[in-house]
Amino acid sequence: MQKSLHIDPGKCTGCLQCEMACSYDNEGAFNPSKSRIKVFAFHDEGRFVPYTCTQCDEAWCMQACPVDAISVDAATGAKVVSDARCVGCKVCTIACPFGTINYNADTGKVVKCDLCEGDPACATACPTDAITFIDANWTGLERMRAWAAKTDSGAQASA
Amino acid sequence: MQYVVVGAGPAGVVAAETLRKVDPAGAVTLIGGEPEPPYSRMAIPYMLTGKVGEDGTHLRPAAGHYDARGITVINDRVARVDPATKTVVTESGASHAYDRLLLATGSHPVRPPVPGLDLPGVHHCWTLADARAIAEKATEGRHVVQMGAGFIGCIIMESLWERGVKLSVIETADRMVPRMMDTRGGAMIKQWCANKDIDVHTSASVTAVEPNPAGPGDKLVRLSDGTGIDADLVVVATGVHAYTEFLDGTGIQVDRGIVVDDHMRTTVPDIYAAGDCAQGRDFSTGGYDVHAIQPTAVEHGRTAAMNMAGIDVAYQGSLIMNVLDTVGLITCSFGRWDGVPGGDTARVVDEGAYRYMCLQFDGDVLVGALSLGRTDHMGVVRGLIQNRTRLGPWKQRLMEDPNRVMDAYVSLSQVAGT
Ligand SMILES: Cc1cc2nc3c(=O)[nH]c(=O)nc-3n(C[C@H](O)[C@H](O)[C@H](O)COP(=O)(O)OP(=O)(O)OC[C@H]3O[C@@H](n4cnc5c(N)ncnc54)[C@H](O)[C@@H]3O)c2cc1C
Repeated sequence: MQKSLHIDPGKCTGCLQCEMACSYDNEGAFNPSKSRIKVFAFHDEGRFVPYTCTQCDEAWCMQACPVDAISVDAATGAKVVSDARCVGCKVCTIACPFGTINYNADTGKVVKCDLCEGDPACATACPTDAITFIDANWTGLERMRAWAAKTDSGAQASA
Repeated sequence: MQYVVVGAGPAGVVAAETLRKVDPAGAVTLIGGEPEPPYSRMAIPYMLTGKVGEDGTHLRPAAGHYDARGITVINDRVARVDPATKTVVTESGASHAYDRLLLATGSHPVRPPVPGLDLPGVHHCWTLADARAIAEKATEGRHVVQMGAGFIGCIIMESLWERGVKLSVIETADRMVPRMMDTRGGAMIKQWCANKDIDVHTSASVTAVEPNPAGPGDKLVRLSDGTGIDADLVVVATGVHAYTEFLDGTGIQVDRGIVVDDHMRTTVPDIYAAGDCAQGRDFSTGGYDVHAIQPTAVEHGRTAAMNMAGIDVAYQGSLIMNVLDTVGLITCSFGRWDGVPGGDTARVVDEGAYRYMCLQFDGDVLVGALSLGRTDHMGVVRGLIQNRTRLGPWKQRLMEDPNRVMDAYVSLSQVAGT
């Protein structure tokens, strides 16, 4: 059974440990602006929402890539960017309807969540279990799945 | 079932792979008209800057990719299609029978009627062969004149600039990237280029290219205002048109591109079309148009292939969208960035910081957007537009600050009841 990130915004306190851990693990520095998971704050409502790639089945980023630089990691199911092949054209960044693959001007490549090879640093760092890494069946991904289905121009669903 | 796909760009390759997936027993032949492995035109600029080698442009780099899928790849040009006998005939004289045929021949660069464009050292930047010729001539310090500063022109411009040439760019429209940027954004891009020592002329046209043995550069490019610019190399990027000439006499209807219905069928039975050559359904207008962008080519290819294999898929239409990096200034455009009648517009601009964001609404639904100077989370603009998300209270918030588009998306998609 593959696992996926489960996010429960109700438990998030906005401490940003996930952003710190992600940037440290992946970029070697505590720099939330380089984190692949982002916590959005809605101060009026007193809510915090951690948000990152759900490794969606449609994989718009992967479909749109003109040079085969994004592939599926067979072990984790994550859609992973190959730095060696990415040319930095950014087409994936506008094709992904979730906005979870982004351009890093310092490297000239795109970055996205790769599930840290099956041991996501954000989930480990989260002190309140707002982010957990659990069996895919249990993650309430339906909201995003529904969103994905609606964005579909008709071509993705059945192939 | 014998499937023949003509054209080995992204539309053709995705179609061939999809056919294989959904009809494991079918025979799939992919015919590409250039003597190269299937490659991606849009990776050419990155080959010119040296970011990748030629193999970095290949659509499927893995060795044996096509063989492993039982896709027969043929390098030959199709000279004509004969719907009566259901065959295509190539320039080498070979004939290939089809049960279902896909036309994915892309577009061709347009050569404007300017005297002198037949001189040596005048090139399009469309094929790998063009790119090799440009790479040879566009070396540090050489004089290069580029005709056209549209979307593709601007991408090529960046790679020429990175090669250290002395660069002039001539655009007939009143601004750069006129088809994906408004007047304000176009002016900001022009100023940005000027700051990088690129000599940009807008509302100007090239009247002739003349030999100029005295140099510097062996050519002189004459402009409508009388200016003459030295050139070793002239790059012509003045637009493209769907490549359909070889279909004359087949009965396949061609308008701006090959006319297709919402199943990517042409007007002739068992013949489909996809990608730059096809006039497919447009999400924003509900009409049919040629988009000539990579994401549309891929969606077309997949949709056409499924219908060819007998899986009924109606195409909802593709959203026109572009992201452009003009020597470091990143711009995006989506859908109806120029607005709709009776709709609302939200703009925030900071010219000094090269930041600009413009959203277009129809009621409380986002229908188009422009951005300049930001890249973070721009994909959600696509999501919001293509889902036709009712923005509710977020419409007013975005009217006040269009930069909050990601907040709007996260709130509407992740936080129930907001
Ligand atoms: C320099 C450059 C930069 C670009 N940058 C971007 C970008 O940033 N974003 C974006 O979205 N798009 C970009 N594009 C456009 C993008 O490359 C095209 O939209 C895309 O390649 C279209 O795919 P296609 O498969 O429809 O056609 P093509 O890629 O043009 O492929 C057509 C194929 O058909 C073959 N062919 C043609 N005629 C025949 C024949 N008679 N017989 C056999 N084969 C034939 C050709 O050889 C080719 O293999 C760029 C293009 C260029 C040139």
